[in-house]
Amino acid sequence: MTVLSVKQVTIKPNLYFDSATLMALAQKAKGLEGVIEAVAVMATGANKEILANVGLLDDSASEGTARDLILAVRAENSQALSQAMVLLEDSLNRKPEQKNSGDVRQPRSLHEALKENPELNLAVISVPGQFATYEAKKALKAGLHVMLFSDNVPLAKEIELKKLASKKGLLMMGPDCGTAIISGTPLAFANVVRRGNIGVVAAAGTGLQEITALVDRWGGGISQAIGTGGRDVMGAVGGLQFLQGMKALLADPDTQVIVLTGKPPASEVEMRILELVAKAGKPVVVNLLGGNRQAVIQAGGIYAASLEEAARLALEASGISVEHHWFESALVSEAAVGFAPEQRWLRGLYTGGTLCYEAQLVLSGELGEIYSNTPLRKELTLRDSKLSFGHTVVDLGDDEFTRGRPHPMIEPSTRGERIAAEAEDPQVAVLLMDFVLGYGAHREPVDAVAEQLTQTMARALERGGKLVVVASVTGTEADPQGFVRQTQKLRKLGVYVLPSNYQAAAFAAAVIKGLGRAES
Amino acid sequence: MINTLFANKVRVMNIGLPGFARDLQEAGVEVVHVDWTPPAGGDEAVFNLLEEIEPLQGEIDKANAKALENLLKADPVLIGLGFAGQVIPGLPPRTLLHAGPPLSWEKMCGPVRGATIGAIMYEGWADTPTEAEMLAASGEIGFAPCHHFGAVGPMAGVISPSMPVYIVENRAFGNLAYSSLNEGLGKVLRFGAYGPEVLQRLRWLRDQFYPVVKDAIEKAGGIELKNITSQALQMGDECHNRNKAATALFFRELAPFLVATNYPIDQIQRVLEFIRGNEHYYLNISMAACKASLDPAIDIPYSTMVTTMARNGTEFGIQVSGLGNQWFTAPAMPVKGLYFPGFSEADANPDLGDSSITETCSIGGFAMASAPAIVKFVGGSPGDAQNYTRSMYEITLGESLSYSIPNLDFRGTPTGIDMIKVLETDVLPVINTGIAHREPGVGQIGAGLVNPPRECFVKALQIFANRYQKGV
Repeated sequence: MTVLSVKQVTIKPNLYFDSATLMALAQKAKGLEGVIEAVAVMATGANKEILANVGLLDDSASEGTARDLILAVRAENSQALSQAMVLLEDSLNRKPEQKNSGDVRQPRSLHEALKENPELNLAVISVPGQFATYEAKKALKAGLHVMLFSDNVPLAKEIELKKLASKKGLLMMGPDCGTAIISGTPLAFANVVRRGNIGVVAAAGTGLQEITALVDRWGGGISQAIGTGGRDVMGAVGGLQFLQGMKALLADPDTQVIVLTGKPPASEVEMRILELVAKAGKPVVVNLLGGNRQAVIQAGGIYAASLEEAARLALEASGISVEHHWFESALVSEAAVGFAPEQRWLRGLYTGGTLCYEAQLVLSGELGEIYSNTPLRKELTLRDSKLSFGHTVVDLGDDEFTRGRPHPMIEPSTRGERIAAEAEDPQVAVLLMDFVLGYGAHREPVDAVAEQLTQTMARALERGGKLVVVASVTGTEADPQGFVRQTQKLRKLGVYVLPSNYQAAAFAAAVIKGLGRAES
Repeated sequence: MINTLFANKVRVMNIGLPGFARDLQEAGVEVVHVDWTPPAGGDEAVFNLLEEIEPLQGEIDKANAKALENLLKADPVLIGLGFAGQVIPGLPPRTLLHAGPPLSWEKMCGPVRGATIGAIMYEGWADTPTEAEMLAASGEIGFAPCHHFGAVGPMAGVISPSMPVYIVENRAFGNLAYSSLNEGLGKVLRFGAYGPEVLQRLRWLRDQFYPVVKDAIEKAGGIELKNITSQALQMGDECHNRNKAATALFFRELAPFLVATNYPIDQIQRVLEFIRGNEHYYLNISMAACKASLDPAIDIPYSTMVTTMARNGTEFGIQVSGLGNQWFTAPAMPVKGLYFPGFSEADANPDLGDSSITETCSIGGFAMASAPAIVKFVGGSPGDAQNYTRSMYEITLGESLSYSIPNLDFRGTPTGIDMIKVLETDVLPVINTGIAHREPGVGQIGAGLVNPPRECFVKALQIFANRYQKGV
């Protein structure tokens, strides 16, 4: 049976909006009754290809350039079609707040901004990837430190930028750096944490967030938290920013303890990192996930096997002792009771890449094979990332899920959809999730998925079993979302909330093991 | 230095997603949001070229600073009048100068044809329009851009050897520039008219007007032009399309010296009357002053400053400092404006004249904020005039030290068009211009705004990239 549909494609020449605004808009239009697909994108080569693939590119749209806006809608009937187009057009006509005609013109370029505001010292750059290098280079040449949020920047360009930054003694955080806290300033996706004497260098965004949030919650503070982007510790980049960041923290009088975190670096980079650790006059906690414990200890560093442990050991090194709470076995027993006989699988639905990775490390140690779209080993790659298999832990923030859709930390509906999808599988026993707070993230992350969680849990009960949902909250009380508030909301839904991602994963593994099912 | 940053407050420039700026504001952080759009208007080929020459930016900046400095230093003074064939160096015999980039007889638009015919008859090289046409087509007459000989002319801009020209000296560097005398409005040579009354007026200018004015200027010891232009800009002129105030100021400067010459009083009276009756009289002088100001900025290696913008009625041409006297041309754009009663776009000649040298020199359309009256030609408001000038700051290297705009808190006019900035921001220079009728001899039929074709700048960038990357 074919579904009849109507469509409309409109091109608006020389009308630019950023991708975040456009995606939010398209989402709204898609939510209207009878609308099958709604797209609002700038007419870049990549976007035109995507539109062509779904039959939403016409001749005039194909002539467009990156400065022209394409609106495309497919709907079940013409009424829905026009409703969607009207919504899109109206929203675009309403001038964004920055463009009020009564106000002074906003600067249109880096140079204009700097001319009018010469005291600016750090550029946060989040333009589309193909223009990111151009802007970042301009910023560095103008003597600004840079946080480069943009991704899709070629490795060769990253190296070029970091070499330039090294020469000028500037921070060049990124590309693909989503998190940093500099001099108490939360940048992009970052938490509001107490100022203190623990400094962090992170090649991992949510890793930085988890560590800094735990430090804050457990009574300490952060001097600086420097992000380097995920590729910095690769052999080709040579850890340029990671090492530069370390040196800066070593020379910083306000930093008394240093934490290093990220995925394992290339061996020559690891060597250089440990060389610095060996000469450091300050305690250095090393949490290179899955990295070499012996080498760290030999270099005189403090080895931390998890993000949680890194935070705790850093606090202790700074003179703050942390009461370590581990979950009670009674809690595990209570959770492991009441499942239906066919229930056996764990499904981790993550928004933070590092948190997803850490969970997999814990779970694979306890449960064996963990499938993922970002697996620990190639053989464990999901054939279809949208379809879980066995024990599965997915990173919903990975590129393949965020093409044309906002990141799940910003717009939780992707995760909501996945929660509902897992509800269809009667063999699912445990859901494991992260809730990342702070600036940049959705202001009500729990509310945004509450309905799907409730429905999914109810569905399991209908089948004569139950669904155990385990979560951790990466955040602080001072975050806009409020750590306590979000934790309470989760608990009210019947979710087990653990104090850290590490513990949440361990708890989830314990519950599965408590089911006593044989390996399938 | 990173540790310096640690010791200070972070002050953020946000380029990209506006949400980050909003969050930072909420967090109480000092943040400036840049209203960013893709560079080069989304044109990938141009963007790639810009990226290619980016490593040269240091050299380019140094060279542009020099070019701008030379321009800002300019001190144009009207020092006299002379006959083109006698005072313009190197002018070959039987050669006619014209506005804009190089042009052949075959390609000439109506007004330029007409002006050529008129000039040939004025010189006595032919007696009738038909003969003049044949001569022009024969190849015996040389045609060259005014610019090639240090001269400028409005509209058709035709200068022939026996025509009187202004001589302007840039006292900061000693270089000279020339331009024709403004004949007035309506049926005049520069709009392509060549009837008996046109020739009669040209002869009067040569025989009666010229000697008196030449004498007066010399008696005055020269007339300082920067002074007049800068005062005029504060009196509602922009010195391209509105010259009323400048003409009045010039008249005031010159009048006593005209009377002091020993010519018969009725001759002097007709001279005074001629200037008084032409509210655009100062235009040609303004143009020569701009030409004299810009010439010392030509040929500075690595400089991307635009030193000329000119039109010949068919093509628009620009020159860029670091690329010397090479022309970068493209078909001229239509003018967006209002037409006098009885005329319409169908009657309009494409953009024409050397008068865009004024915009190149930071006045004219660049000073539109000073001349709100201009915007009625584009159906806009005085606020629009201000915004036009404001947007020119995005594409220029600096601001004038002498020409300032009261409406913008006396900010200096946007000075030194940067070819790179034009392409990067996709903002084209704005030019205030008159619109000529496409038929020779009808005259001005309207006025409005026009831009140079983007293609001129793209061509210039391509050549610049080739020349300076390969060290040619």
